[in-house]
Amino acid sequence: MHGYQLRAAFEESTGGTWPLNIGQVYTTLARLERDGLIHPLPQGDEGQRPYEITDDGRAGLAGWFTTPISRTDRPRDELAIKLALALTTPGVDVPTVLQAQRSATMRTLQEYTRLKARADQPADLAWRLVLDAMLFQAEAEVRWLDHCEASLHRYTPPPVPVPQATPGTATEASRP
Amino acid sequence: MSILELREVHRVHGSGPTAVQALRGVSLAVEEGELVAVMGPSGSGKSTLLNLAGGLDRPTRGEVVVDGSVLGGCSRRGLAALRRRRVGYVFQDLNLLASLTAAENVALPLELDGTSVGQARRLALAALADVDLEGYGRRFPDELSGGQQQRVAIARALVGRRRLLLADEPTGALDSQTGEAVLGLLRSKVDGGAAGVLVTHEARHAAWADRVVFLRDGVVVDTSGPLDQPERLLAPPGGGR
Repeated sequence: MHGYQLRAAFEESTGGTWPLNIGQVYTTLARLERDGLIHPLPQGDEGQRPYEITDDGRAGLAGWFTTPISRTDRPRDELAIKLALALTTPGVDVPTVLQAQRSATMRTLQEYTRLKARADQPADLAWRLVLDAMLFQAEAEVRWLDHCEASLHRYTPPPVPVPQATPGTATEASRP
Repeated sequence: MSILELREVHRVHGSGPTAVQALRGVSLAVEEGELVAVMGPSGSGKSTLLNLAGGLDRPTRGEVVVDGSVLGGCSRRGLAALRRRRVGYVFQDLNLLASLTAAENVALPLELDGTSVGQARRLALAALADVDLEGYGRRFPDELSGGQQQRVAIARALVGRRRLLLADEPTGALDSQTGEAVLGLLRSKVDGGAAGVLVTHEARHAAWADRVVFLRDGVVVDTSGPLDQPERLLAPPGGGR
């Protein structure tokens, strides 16, 4: 396959959820070639260069498929950080922050569900599974937000320490 | 046109110091072709809202309008007829009659309403087929699994031409695939010209709705607005899908 075909195949199987720019495809191909994971074939009539996977490439691919993705490899969760900061920043209405996020995530979930209902053809299995992944993630986020809200509801902040007024202090003594 | 309208509805259960304010001034309109999900923690007033919408309970204050009829102005008999003809219910308690077969359970509301026995039976068998229970019409409830009983209850709620469909956790006893099929069925009935209200605590189920209303302590705190273009989330290059 050459670059454009690869991009089309990738987008076909991910339902366009991860659009690629063609420059990205070519730099990736160049890097794979440098590392000996693919090698170029003679150019086609229209000047496009197809590539073929090498044995090392196949081994690398098999390794990628069989190695679980670690959650710690992913970027930090901005939402979790936002909520943590909302809780510790004075004057922030945390239930409102939670509800705004829940509405937005719920809406995303509604939209994915609608797309899924439309894509209910057996031929679309790959695309449906990608959509399911996004559905489950959005659902998990709503559940987590529900959990946050319930925890917030039960939570009583520790009393703010008040400086102890002891008998005989200046304030006390100054009273009439 | 709104098929269901709640206008500033209040519902207080009990009185005196133990009174519980289940709903506090809820307004909600559900249009033809619209499915609205109601979400909220336990005790937020979801089930009270659904009971009021179906005329199974009366508001302490405010009005409930179903398909143009103000429920507060209906006689007991009029209310019963409206519930039978225009409203379909799927509740957590299935309320299937043990002495009737699946088909008879589904046909019952139609027969009570004057549909001929033969016609009611034909419609009931079609409704059972819609929920994948073709060939189960002659079985009694205790000869069906929990999930099958649930689907009979759903067929009964959807049989005939209902204007308003009310569902309270309708997928309770079902596995996720069958549950999704039931929601798809509810969705298509609504799309075919009814209005629906779905009470659920599952975000995944609520996601089938056009709008999600969040209740908290008897008050609507937020609504996830109507959908515009789901495609905007993941515009496929070239518009392939």
